Amino acid sequence: MAELREELKEKLIEQLSLEDVEASEIGDDDPLFGDGLGLDSIDALELIVLLEKDYGIKLKDPKEGKAIFESISVMADYISKHRTK
Amino acid sequence: MKKVYLVSDNIISPLGFSTEENIQKLRANQTGIKEVNDPTIWSEPFYGAVIDNDKLVKAWKKISNDPGYTKLEKMMLLSVSKLIADNPSLDITNSGIIISTTKGNINDLKKDSDEKAYLSSISKTIHHFFKTKHAPVVLSNACISGGLALAIGKRMIQSEVRDDVVVIGGDLLSEFTLSGFFSFQAVSSAPCKPFCKHRTGISLGEAAACTWLSSNKNNVQGEVISITGDASANDANHISGPSRTGEGLFISIQKALKEADLDRNQVDYITAHGTATPFNDEMEAIAFTRAGMQRTPINSLKGYYGHTLGASALIESIIARHCLINNELFASLGFEELGVSEPINIIIKNDKKKLNRVLKTASGFGGCNVALIIEKM
Amino acid sequence: MIKEKYYISDFCIIRDNRVFKNGEQIYVDTESENLKDFAKGIYKFMELKYPKFHKMDELCKLGFLASEVLLKDVENLREDTALVLSNKASSLDTDRKHQISIQDKNNFYPSPAVFVYTLPNIILGEISIKNKMKSENAFFVTETFDAGFITKYSKVLMHTGKASNVICGWVDLDNDKYDVFLAFLSKKGKKELTKEELNKLYRSNSYG
Repeated sequence: MAELREELKEKLIEQLSLEDVEASEIGDDDPLFGDGLGLDSIDALELIVLLEKDYGIKLKDPKEGKAIFESISVMADYISKHRTK
Repeated sequence: MKKVYLVSDNIISPLGFSTEENIQKLRANQTGIKEVNDPTIWSEPFYGAVIDNDKLVKAWKKISNDPGYTKLEKMMLLSVSKLIADNPSLDITNSGIIISTTKGNINDLKKDSDEKAYLSSISKTIHHFFKTKHAPVVLSNACISGGLALAIGKRMIQSEVRDDVVVIGGDLLSEFTLSGFFSFQAVSSAPCKPFCKHRTGISLGEAAACTWLSSNKNNVQGEVISITGDASANDANHISGPSRTGEGLFISIQKALKEADLDRNQVDYITAHGTATPFNDEMEAIAFTRAGMQRTPINSLKGYYGHTLGASALIESIIARHCLINNELFASLGFEELGVSEPINIIIKNDKKKLNRVLKTASGFGGCNVALIIEKM
Repeated sequence: MIKEKYYISDFCIIRDNRVFKNGEQIYVDTESENLKDFAKGIYKFMELKYPKFHKMDELCKLGFLASEVLLKDVENLREDTALVLSNKASSLDTDRKHQISIQDKNNFYPSPAVFVYTLPNIILGEISIKNKMKSENAFFVTETFDAGFITKYSKVLMHTGKASNVICGWVDLDNDKYDVFLAFLSKKGKKELTKEELNKLYRSNSYG
């Protein structure tokens, strides 16, 4: 699980072009949206694509994303339970 | 400053190839949106408003034997040809021409030569086909393009840069845009339902249209309709998410009313953007309420045409002109139950009513907004 | 016809690995191997702290950087400063990226972060957001920089009271070839705004 969390941090930085952020700066339980990493609505949509492309998870309702993308820990948890690739 | 008259227009859409045909369909509350089963656009059936290619080719053959034009070019050239045929006094050669499109011949991006994917290729096509003196200029300003092009045409005439301007708008329903809106989770799985509680997103459409703006009142036959106010403002908030406060749209409405020297209560009808995405429609409702216009009858025509991108605000302005002429209002198709936080006054049934002034608005990606006041003189 | 006189107060050019402000070279980078690195170099040189920058597509980065250079010394930038930009290739640079993402049916993952940049007017949004300009925006596409049209339309905006100032210009990117020219127009100044003058400034600092 720790490995998946690190992998996700790297992917987030890469996919969401967070150039000024280091993976080590993202806490496992830091909120990704709002005051945390400051991600926005396009980032949320991009994460939905990431789930599908890299882990084979297709959200039935995009609104589910809000809960799943709360933090790296929550995301890693969800992915490990639902991944198909 | 000079007055700017809306003299004549044409619409090429799934609802018909003349403005009159389009109006008849609106009057009958018929939609151009249907289930589309076209694997060249999307691998699965989806709801959209597409122009039948056979019908287009048939109409095209009446004006040209040259098959070397793209679907969008045929739609635009056909539209302008009809405008010219209807208006012997229109001197297209000397008119200023503004072409409003977001993606132009975007399907050509897949081809070996992507020359036609450049938007200026459309300008060249129109330039050569109608032998215009001035090179047409292309405006590509997201979903407000059609309305902004009218505003720009008006300003060019008012500043005496041109006496006559023809605004031509058009966009295709392409895999390119549809896939993008799907990635935005913004496409409705049923025909779109603007301002409705059950709305889930847009339906895309395709269309071309054109309208003739003139400084010369003598060109007008019948009812004299003029654009008396216009403004555009950026939200300065987010490149894709609508402003939560409707800021840019609110500013646009205020400025357009001020230029037309009107009080908000003097507007009889609003033809809104109303794309049927949850956030857009909510933003509009907030902006209209901030402008004190929540009781003004309002509709969105997206339920009839789908979202035709660069053509949409132009088509909706053309329809607004005819609503003024005919003193009629069209039901906001797809609407069942109010689904925005402000109690705006959605038109649920066609209505005959004396109309003098219409407010047309549009908002788009990049945070852009435009408002036009179209008025009976 | 418009009789009032308007002026060009500042201009910025990004061309041939260089950045110019009012005709003077302020930055050169012959090291960077790609546009992304070149743009990042200017970002650092300008000492910008704006995380949104890194999310922009290359066309927006260029337009955004030019606006930062242009507006660096402008005090009290007015909220009604209009943006009138133009180019030849529209957003084709990013359009091609989006097209690649949907070309292969077995690897069909269109990206919203890419798709949003498939409209050229997004640059206007980015500049407006950074500078809190709730103003008139228009993006035109022409074969080459049309100084005549841009001059006319900018004058029209100031003449009709739609804007008190205008940032106008050309921001083009096509297959890694870029060309950027922005000018700040106002009602006061020394260099009068004419088609000829705007064209002359656009053509300055060229090696070609």
